[in-house]
Amino acid sequence: MNTYWNKPAETMEREEMTSLQTGRLKEIVDRLYRQQPFYRSKMQAEGLLPEDVATLEDIRKLPFTTKQDMRDNYPYGLFAVPMSEIVRIHASSGTTGRPTVVGYTKRDIGIWSEVAARSLVAAGLSRQSCIQVAYGYGLFTGGLGIHYGAELLGASVIPISSGNTARQIMLMKDFGTTALACTPSYALYLAETMREMGIDPRETSLKVGVFGAEPWSERMRQEIESQLGIRAIDIYGLSEIIGPGVAIECCVQDGLHISEDHFYPEIINPVTGEVLPDGEKGELVITTLTKEGMPMIRYRTRDLTVLHREKCACGRTLVRMSKVLGRSDDMLIIRGVNVFPSQVESVLLSIGETSPHYQLIVDRKDNLDHLTVLVEITEAMFSDEVRGLEHLEGKIKAELASVLNVSATVRLVGPKTIERSEGKAKRVIDNRKI
Amino acid sequence: MIINQLSVFVENRPGTLAEVLGVLNAHEINMRAMALADTADFGILRIIVNEPEKVQHILRGAGFTVKATPVLAILVTDYPGSLFEQLNKLSAAGVNVEYVYAFAANSSEKARVVLKVDNLTLAERLINGESQKSEPYRDELGSAPDFYW
Repeated sequence: MNTYWNKPAETMEREEMTSLQTGRLKEIVDRLYRQQPFYRSKMQAEGLLPEDVATLEDIRKLPFTTKQDMRDNYPYGLFAVPMSEIVRIHASSGTTGRPTVVGYTKRDIGIWSEVAARSLVAAGLSRQSCIQVAYGYGLFTGGLGIHYGAELLGASVIPISSGNTARQIMLMKDFGTTALACTPSYALYLAETMREMGIDPRETSLKVGVFGAEPWSERMRQEIESQLGIRAIDIYGLSEIIGPGVAIECCVQDGLHISEDHFYPEIINPVTGEVLPDGEKGELVITTLTKEGMPMIRYRTRDLTVLHREKCACGRTLVRMSKVLGRSDDMLIIRGVNVFPSQVESVLLSIGETSPHYQLIVDRKDNLDHLTVLVEITEAMFSDEVRGLEHLEGKIKAELASVLNVSATVRLVGPKTIERSEGKAKRVIDNRKI
Repeated sequence: MIINQLSVFVENRPGTLAEVLGVLNAHEINMRAMALADTADFGILRIIVNEPEKVQHILRGAGFTVKATPVLAILVTDYPGSLFEQLNKLSAAGVNVEYVYAFAANSSEKARVVLKVDNLTLAERLINGESQKSEPYRDELGSAPDFYW
């Protein structure tokens, strides 16, 4: 199924892409130096002039931009055009501290729609698709981003937004929805609710899901695909860069193609900031090459991934990033060991008997960290015998210890006792007072 | 006879047992027998009720994890060695008893004993004598009786 939304852009030869990116990079650095006080002062502090950035490698001379920079310049300090040019304002879904505000010009919205439409086509949608957008609409970029992309593509859009699960299911059934866009944890919650309502989730007309906004594992994909009987496609994006559509998995489902004619990716060591070669795991850093309203130079996404440039079977030449492996700031350090919630998730799913509803609780007692993993019991894992359940707890504990390199207390809890979220799942409660 | 016992997962925190009992109360369900096995984190509540299928559905609907487990129910007469005689048949045949709980019968001479064993049908045959059938109990009309005894 080699269909593209924008074949020239998506299958461009490397040399041509490099020259396009170089030209756009020089242009944006020049424009920001001339027009944007924040970037100019950052470049001046490094003793840099626009002409110092002549090749793609020269991008490494430029300092990083962080979420903290956005907070410090709240609300409009990073905008690079007059407010009269700004047609849309979004704010990041980030839950810590001040919201991070982003602004788009009319052209930015066009580019966003374009990359979102590319993404949906790569995911297998067409004009004939009927897509239910169950991401939140509003300040969060998920809903409107997919919405504009789907409209540009010409699919039928059901702009239901997030929440109201029973209604989601009713419309999905009655309207014959063929594609679903939401967070992966919400997709599983929908499947669970369908079964409670006596509906077989595999018998809907759904064919594909476009899931993003939180890291999810390969195991979780298998779980979603088997429970809903669909193909689950990972979509990546963040409001600071543009929103959903920065990168998308194709039908090969082996990495997400970054629309690198608009977004230039680098991978860095999150501790030292050093740029890592392709194939090495690190933090994704993105420079927007075409954005007008709020361009980003070397924005540290905090998302951990790996870049691959080998040719993809789908025919796209765009660089691929692996599924996000975790967050460099979501990472827990427990007794000196790095622990990611996604590792816990893959262990639970590999055990095969557990639903992915879990929570990590970290406490500090007598100056020692204690990790407790709450796991909701399901009918499939429930045993009538105490030793059966103790065996299950022991098995999870042993697997976690071998994967995390840190011991955790596993506690089986009753169904539905871990709070459900219609947006991002709250996987970690850190009670440590440090 | 072989009957269906319901096992319910209960977290080991105040009020969880009362939550289950509250649901049973709201549906006017009478428990014929009950046992609670517990560990530090959780317990397994095992109950014998009329119409276990219906009760399983009710408890599930109330958000509990429930499992129906076939167990063996036997009558033991009130004299020394009575239970031993019964269980001896099982041990002689190599049937393993996983757990047991007992409760009083209506008459003063008998007690009811519930056994979870690893070979249910064999155990039942051993208790009843080889000629007895090992089907779950049904009355003449083929339906489960009002009460198990």
